[in-house]
Amino acid sequence: MKFAVIVFPGSNCDIDMYHAIKDEIGEEADYVWHDDLSLENYDAVLLPGGFSYGDYLRSGAIARFSNVMKEVVKAAEQGKPVLGVCNGFQILLESGLLPGAMRRNDSLRFICKTVPLTVENNETMFTCSYEKNAEIQIPIAHGEGNYFCDEETLGKLKENNQIVFTYSGNNPNGSVADIAGITNERGNVLGMMPHPERAMDTLLGSEDGKKLFQSIVKHWREKHVVNA
Amino acid sequence: MYKVKVYITLRESVLDPQGSVVKQALHSMEFKSVEDVRVGKYMELTIPSTVENVEAAVEEMCHRLLANPVIEDYRYEIEESVAQ
Repeated sequence: MKFAVIVFPGSNCDIDMYHAIKDEIGEEADYVWHDDLSLENYDAVLLPGGFSYGDYLRSGAIARFSNVMKEVVKAAEQGKPVLGVCNGFQILLESGLLPGAMRRNDSLRFICKTVPLTVENNETMFTCSYEKNAEIQIPIAHGEGNYFCDEETLGKLKENNQIVFTYSGNNPNGSVADIAGITNERGNVLGMMPHPERAMDTLLGSEDGKKLFQSIVKHWREKHVVNA
Repeated sequence: MYKVKVYITLRESVLDPQGSVVKQALHSMEFKSVEDVRVGKYMELTIPSTVENVEAAVEEMCHRLLANPVIEDYRYEIEESVAQ
């Protein structure tokens, strides 16, 4: 399986993302520059964290208009897995691939620590290797992770089981309904503030992020390899 | 030339933590009469007056990029200045 790790000016979790796929999961990965015009050769797209374009205007607002984002939209329409972590999540919101928007953390502080999450939905292509309601430890590192959507959108997210991860301890940033990660309606685009790519090895605190990437690979194999 | 002034604020329904903190600070300065503070952004755009339908263009700029309509409101003023 081949992953594209999109790199914007200001991305800073791209190397962790690449390492997670290449060294921990053992699949193929390439860095893809934000100006590139095709993602045809990739099976999945990863939008890493960081501060794309210096977070100017709003987090993700400028990155959303880069060339490669047209291709990311295309990949999402084709049903390929698209994962946005942290700034990647913010870009997915700005681009309209996911509903809602990010506000500054209610504490107005940048928060960097490992937090417990609940796997609310383990029937997605991103979470099928987790147990339902599993509590996992994943680091967060953000100043704008305070997810917001209106009541109507929240109702839809709940109805369609699009809320995949919630903060199970204290809500660190004030997000609506303790939301830490959501998918689109189809279930192939996931945005999350916590960093699974930083939780790949117990030596560094937690390996609870591994199952997320293993899920993507497992789901893809079942669809493409077993039937082949 | 057109000079466009764009004002962006968080929507009424969206809590503005920055505004709340600024309000508290004003209260501690003894401006206790301040009831509410909303922090926003202000931008100035300069556009040649040869551009047609400038209002529609500014509307689209605000809607698609300058503001995020999910959480922000915007308004703008378009002034035409006479060339020097």
